[in-house]
Amino acid sequence: MAMTEQRVSYTLDSSLETIDNAEEKATRIATELGFADDEVMQISMAVREGAVNAVLHGNAYAPDKKVTLAFERTGEDLVITIRDQGPGLDLSKIPNPLAPENLLKTSGRGIFLMRSFMDVVEIRPSQTGTELKLIKHVHGPTAGGKEASQ
Amino acid sequence: MSMKVGSRQVDGVVIVDCSGRITLGEGSVILRDTVRELLAKGNKKIVLNLQDVNYIDSSGIGELVSAFTTTKNQGGELKLLNLTKKVNDLLQITKLYTVFDVKDDEAAAVKSFK
Repeated sequence: MAMTEQRVSYTLDSSLETIDNAEEKATRIATELGFADDEVMQISMAVREGAVNAVLHGNAYAPDKKVTLAFERTGEDLVITIRDQGPGLDLSKIPNPLAPENLLKTSGRGIFLMRSFMDVVEIRPSQTGTELKLIKHVHGPTAGGKEASQ
Repeated sequence: MSMKVGSRQVDGVVIVDCSGRITLGEGSVILRDTVRELLAKGNKKIVLNLQDVNYIDSSGIGELVSAFTTTKNQGGELKLLNLTKKVNDLLQITKLYTVFDVKDDEAAAVKSFK
């Protein structure tokens, strides 16, 4: 795929299939854009976690609510936007999963993983839904992204 | 590829061979049901062999934590065996590597139970 500006968007149901679907689309697009294998994995996992949040926590599987997923290749970045139609995420309730008291919690790691894998993560909640923006910078062939291990 | 599990006994320890993806939905449910059934049958020494688990998401990580704590709360022990690099990296960045007892040799894992 040529490195020119381009955008593609999808409107998806609030279902488990949407989560797998979003991940597959992210994997395909990141691969086509020439990201390294480990970066493709990071991007696809971040999109999966974003889709999980939109379907489960945003739209709560409501059949009348949709998830919008968009991929945009700008000059320097892959910009992925995921919007839901839920009540809006309460940013004050996002836990730190690395805090000792949260280590053994069975949930609450999705946003942390997104922040670990992407260069920029922006969360914009509103009364009509939450917009999540995930940005991965396009690196040269030897530059590589953030390492998964820190 | 969805998740598949098979279990076998080695010197009183149950080795659960997992393959595929541990993700929200089927994969997490299969893991949860498998560990609960083992505990219900009185198996308290459990090793999850993750050699063929090629993908895990935050829900899958949560399910591993749940399996660990559920087993511990019932007086048992659950250990992890043969992590792939992807799973190893995820446990490192989530700081769970220090919570789980992680082994890379099955015989050593079996012997490590008290």
